[in-house]
Amino acid sequence: MDANYGTLDSEAGLNNLEFTILVGLGSFMAGFLGALTGLGGGVVLVPLLALVFQVDIRYAVGASLVSVIATSSGAAVAYLKDGFSNIRIGMFLEVATTLGALFGAFLAARVSTAAIGAVFGLVLLYSGYTASRTQVEVPTSEPPDPLATRLGMNGVYPSLTGPKAYYVHRVPAGFGLMFGAGALSGLLGIGSGAVKVLAMDRVMGIPFKVSTTTSNFMIGVTAAASAGVYLSRGYIDPGLTMPVVLGVLAGSLAGARMLARTKTQQLRWVFAAVIVALGGEMLYGAFAGKI
Amino acid sequence: MFRKSDWTDQKIEVVIANLLRAGVTLAAGVVLAGGVVFLVRHGFAPTNYRAFAGEPSDLREWKGVVRSALNLRGRGIIQLGILCLIATPVARVAFSSLAFALERDWLYVGVASAVLVVLMYSLVGI
Repeated sequence: MDANYGTLDSEAGLNNLEFTILVGLGSFMAGFLGALTGLGGGVVLVPLLALVFQVDIRYAVGASLVSVIATSSGAAVAYLKDGFSNIRIGMFLEVATTLGALFGAFLAARVSTAAIGAVFGLVLLYSGYTASRTQVEVPTSEPPDPLATRLGMNGVYPSLTGPKAYYVHRVPAGFGLMFGAGALSGLLGIGSGAVKVLAMDRVMGIPFKVSTTTSNFMIGVTAAASAGVYLSRGYIDPGLTMPVVLGVLAGSLAGARMLARTKTQQLRWVFAAVIVALGGEMLYGAFAGKI
Repeated sequence: MFRKSDWTDQKIEVVIANLLRAGVTLAAGVVLAGGVVFLVRHGFAPTNYRAFAGEPSDLREWKGVVRSALNLRGRGIIQLGILCLIATPVARVAFSSLAFALERDWLYVGVASAVLVVLMYSLVGI
């Protein structure tokens, strides 16, 4: 026990039941905070499993990917009924994210676990950075992309002053960035919602609320594309995935329910700080040969 | 020039929302049931996920998973639930393709079919 101070792994003598309970509780917290802060729980799951529970990063990534499908599909229900998400933008960009996800999943088998850990650390640092930044709507004066018009992507979303029209810009650049988001998702087992929102909100000029809801909608399909590859490689372990997926799902449902009556700005800061700390830890672990 | 936020699109979204809810609920139920079986039988066995060994071949593809689940093995039942979960977004894309066909939006029937092909390649083709 002394030799494993700070870690909870098999050498600390955990049996399946204890492991299930502890991982389930950790996953519940990740899902809960992820939903409450809008930052998603997937990004902290892999570091939690790899650093605290000493799980091999390939098993951790497989379990995280499955839980991402569950939360994305669960949360999409609420968003779809609000009328913010745009199924045409989502479907078109899913061509890019699923191809990227396949690429990422293939890459995952060819690079070292330390390299995966290092990329993960950088993504965590970036997510923490975007989370701490306040969101501003940037009105674009550019003309709409003719391609977006031809693809029927321009839409209308509900606002306080009634339905508001929006145009979609720079489709090819957004499509390219979406391929990258898919590749990260397939490589790291995360939803990569931060990169998806970056592509839609910043590059394509889509209103923030439409971007976030459509992004969430796309995450499940993207993750399913790499989950098939992960399954056939034997990265998805049922004994580990069970507490992770059930914990995250229950946590995110509880978080979404509490969202309406909580002030989340401070919590968002705290969670962003946790993400940055985990990012540093992952980078350190990767370079010190611990991952 | 604008796509009208019309009744048909709204209706598609409601059906998709219900489809997703049903898929996730079913998957979570199966995973939970498998988890109970697994823990009842192996709850006190030591855990080891530190060294990567990969799953046995019958838990890597759907036929083996179904066989294992039918034999009421806990890990097989959990894996079957996970397969249901993976199938949920796939079913969503398949339904979207059908719905776009009902709207006679052939361009998006093509887009949805392309996504479906990539998903099927990942799930069955490797």
